[in-house]
Amino acid sequence: MIDLQNVTKAYSTGVQALNGITLHIDKGEFVFIVGDSGSGKSTLIKLLLKELDPTSGTIKVNGVNLNKMKRRAVPKYRRKLGVVFQDFRLLKDRNVYENIAFAQRVVITPSKQIRKNVPMMLSLVGLAEKYKSYPKQLSGGEQQRVALARALVNQPNILLADEPTGNLDPKNSKEIMKLLETINERGTTVVVVTHNQEIVDQMKKRVVAMHRGVIISDERKAGYTQHEN
Amino acid sequence: MFSLASVATMSACIFLFGIFFCIIQNFQYMVKTAEQNVAVTVFFEKDLPQEQMDAIGEKILARDEVSDIHFVSADETWEAYQKIYFEERPELAEGFAEDNPLANHAHYEIYLTDVALQGSLVEYLESVEGIRKVNKSAEIADILTNFNMLIAYVSVAIIILLLCVSVFLISNTVTIGIAVRKEEIAIMKLIGATNSFVKAPFVVEGILIGLIGASIPLGLLYYLYTRLTQYVAGEFNILTGLLQFLSVDEMFRILLPVGLALGVGIGFFGSFFTLRKHLKV
Repeated sequence: MIDLQNVTKAYSTGVQALNGITLHIDKGEFVFIVGDSGSGKSTLIKLLLKELDPTSGTIKVNGVNLNKMKRRAVPKYRRKLGVVFQDFRLLKDRNVYENIAFAQRVVITPSKQIRKNVPMMLSLVGLAEKYKSYPKQLSGGEQQRVALARALVNQPNILLADEPTGNLDPKNSKEIMKLLETINERGTTVVVVTHNQEIVDQMKKRVVAMHRGVIISDERKAGYTQHEN
Repeated sequence: MFSLASVATMSACIFLFGIFFCIIQNFQYMVKTAEQNVAVTVFFEKDLPQEQMDAIGEKILARDEVSDIHFVSADETWEAYQKIYFEERPELAEGFAEDNPLANHAHYEIYLTDVALQGSLVEYLESVEGIRKVNKSAEIADILTNFNMLIAYVSVAIIILLLCVSVFLISNTVTIGIAVRKEEIAIMKLIGATNSFVKAPFVVEGILIGLIGASIPLGLLYYLYTRLTQYVAGEFNILTGLLQFLSVDEMFRILLPVGLALGVGIGFFGSFFTLRKHLKV
């Protein structure tokens, strides 16, 4: 599903963000990528989103070699990925319903389908009753749920989460993680970048640890289960 | 709110363009009218038969530089002369009652299609057998030609300047629009929006700004131009012969499509190229 072979990424500033990463993530896996700031976690997410190109090495996602992907093919590729960020990145001038519907409009989904899909997603993340609220009327946890609903509404087969609990308290963090687990159980491959060690320890999933651009460990904790679809 | 400011600035630009356009068009029209009154006069050799004069007249009329010719016989010339010089004392002319002192002054008044062509026509006329003298108004012709050229240069310079200002304004609007909606665009791109999906609202906005920004000043100019020509015709009727304005319909037959095309064009290209520069989608 996700396959990185000897990937390096050096920025024009001279910073070597990734240094020969080789990583394979199977379909239906739930993987944590952990590490300190500057370890290369976020660069890895950007490479997977094709926001950046690697300096060397190959990246294959869903069987497609990203190195050979043409610029105009990128939008179609991204539709198969869902992405959530630490800062939620919701549209502040639109309500919850519109934020999720927006993701569907971008990929030209018929209105009838949007009216069906959005409430379904809102129920999944437990915000069915708050569809009219604006982001600033919601708590951090709720905003992240909306971001999750938006990421999932186009039914991606991979969900990338970059520090999804970075702005949340422990209770909300736990709930978001529970939700990510549910999503994973439904068949979506989930990759979570985090430095929240407590959450990682509780979840008992595969953990890839990075330091200064290299993978220093890749282990499956006791009780780890892989959900195949 | 920002679009409103863009419409206003665009309107101001098209309004200025319209004003210059009207001035230039009218100047050119006036110069053209004045040019039509510039004539070259040719006099014939002594006792040249009428048939030969007619033949020369036909040859002259066939020339490209010539828009019209007018034959003035010796008698008509003498009559006109008397009118000018002996109107108050007609008895002075009576001494020439039986004898036309201007018997050798039958001539053609030749009107030009373009005053700049006077030189080549005069050269030709001087080589025609049977023509004694060619009177030209070189100075007037030169002034009008130079004036016409000056207007053309100035107008092109002003129009280019206004176009640059308008494109810059639209470009600025789109740049700020992109900055304001940066987050939205980033989200759209991450979700998988195609390039055209991201660009379309900006291009449509640019075109709309151009269209509205052109329609308002064009409407205003139509009203002002009608009022101004009516006012000048009413208040300065002494100058009516000199100030020949194009009618509002004639003016807007050109200005309306040009203005609208300019607005839409600036809106489209301004936004399109700014998007290419600022949106690497």
